[in-house]
Amino acid sequence: MLVLVLDSSTPAVTAALAEITAHAVAPRGERSVVDARAHGELLAPQVSEVLAEAGARPADLAAVVAGVGPGPFTGLRVGLVTAASMGQVLGIPTYGVPSLDAIGHAATHPRSGAAPEAGPVLAATDARRREIYWAVYDLAGERLAGPEVDTPAAVAERARELGVRVAVGEGARRYADILELPLRAGLDYPPPYALAELAAERVRAGAPGDQLTPLYLRRPDAVAAAGRKPVLQ
Amino acid sequence: MADEPLILGIETSCDETGVGVVRGHTLLADALASSVDEHARFGGVVPEVASRAHLEAIVPTMRRALDDAGVTLADIDAIAVTAGPGLAGALLVGVAAAKGYALAAEKPVYGVNHLAAHVAVDTLEHGPLPEPAIALLVSGGHSSLLLVDDLATGVTPLGATIDDAAGEAFDKVARLLGLPFPGGPPIDREARAGSPDAITFPRGLTAPKDLAAHRFDFSFSGLKTAVARWVEAKQRAGEPVPVPDVAASFQEAVCDVLTGKAIAACRDRGVDTLVLGGGVAANSRLRALAEERAAKQGIRVRVPRPKLCTDNGAMVAALGSHLVAAGVAPSRLDLPADSAMPLTIVSV
Ligand SMILES: [Zn+2]
Repeated sequence: MLVLVLDSSTPAVTAALAEITAHAVAPRGERSVVDARAHGELLAPQVSEVLAEAGARPADLAAVVAGVGPGPFTGLRVGLVTAASMGQVLGIPTYGVPSLDAIGHAATHPRSGAAPEAGPVLAATDARRREIYWAVYDLAGERLAGPEVDTPAAVAERARELGVRVAVGEGARRYADILELPLRAGLDYPPPYALAELAAERVRAGAPGDQLTPLYLRRPDAVAAAGRKPVLQ
Repeated sequence: MADEPLILGIETSCDETGVGVVRGHTLLADALASSVDEHARFGGVVPEVASRAHLEAIVPTMRRALDDAGVTLADIDAIAVTAGPGLAGALLVGVAAAKGYALAAEKPVYGVNHLAAHVAVDTLEHGPLPEPAIALLVSGGHSSLLLVDDLATGVTPLGATIDDAAGEAFDKVARLLGLPFPGGPPIDREARAGSPDAITFPRGLTAPKDLAAHRFDFSFSGLKTAVARWVEAKQRAGEPVPVPDVAASFQEAVCDVLTGKAIAACRDRGVDTLVLGGGVAANSRLRALAEERAAKQGIRVRVPRPKLCTDNGAMVAALGSHLVAAGVAPSRLDLPADSAMPLTIVSV
């Protein structure tokens, strides 16, 4: 079954295809561009490109898997609304996967014969405003804590309490000096194959789809648009 | 007619999630979900609240529009979406959704200008628009006077507010008077029981020295301040505030300036059609005064029904339909949402 995988929870804008068979998840192409300000421009053409490359049409898709964050809201919504709208047209289910879970899963289930990480793993992405989105995973990739949003110093303390041995994700890299944890490189952003693997059982079972809601973790800044609002209403 | 293009329109520039379906100039569906109640306690639209609501509302609103129109996305010829101007995060939800729908249904997508869409919506009610026409677009976010040479390719801005939008002034005055948000409808209602001549409030940018530099521009900030001072003086003196009179006199000041400048623009450009649009165009006094003044000059006023004046998806579909009929090329899939999209750009 061919599935479209989308994630826009980090500065990496990702569209990928994966073939989900009874026992495996095989990548069928990926486009990922790191540009925190262009999610809205980049994602749709990337979807179009991965489909064309695989010689597939939208109607060939069996499901859409989307990373639901946490992540900066504006960009995150681009991926989710793209998934939801495509799912609606095609009449196929959409499955949400926490984006941090994909990083945690990739660290504990590496694809390329590399050894999985030792001990609990901290996965963290940049939440801006000098905070990070984070979660901690055990060796099986099960979430032990999070997802939450905190200052790097607060996360460092929680990580110590949880016995974290290694940190992954761009948020961990950015605040490595505060977290003081060994850093695993090459896993800055949610890998699409991990998102697909985490949804694979539901895809195979034809489980009912999710309404795709971002893991916001923060309340909206409730300040009305000030002065001259640029829109008619 | 079945051979006219079937167009879907998506609108998310502010607090209304709108999906409309038109065939040619015929309105088939106009589904709307509003987050206005969530903004009421802040006295204005909170951008992040609006964006969250758009994401939740877009799929069900689309379903409703398609059901109402009795069509499927496979039947649609093209999808139009507001690309700007508007709240950046809110626009982005609609633009990304439109691309998702277009991609999956393998249909062309048009990123269009919200203001041009406010003009185009009138074609659903009154048929093709004579060109050139003058359009007065007034709402909570904008107060613009434009010359519509060719709705498919070019709109010329003549003037705009230099401070508050007209609708914003309505919201602020409503708050002063203890009336609910948004302020337009309650002020319109209160004003019916009051006298428009009870209090003389200032008419911004109408003095000769202002007209030289701002002939077709508007200013409502001074008016808002004048109303606030007047109300506060009453309150300080321990006297009751005559809400209907304040509402009527304030409304009269706004409508006097808006219609005065709009008619002047028609005469200046030798144009005999004036189109009103935007939420404030739903104001009963604005409509009446515009028609009264236009009639004296032999100018025809076109105003869509109130539900089509406020933001909706049908207006975007109407503009999309016009663009398709005019043979305008669709947008690319990387089309951006542009919160400051200039009026001169009708589609990207
Ligand atoms: Zn509007």
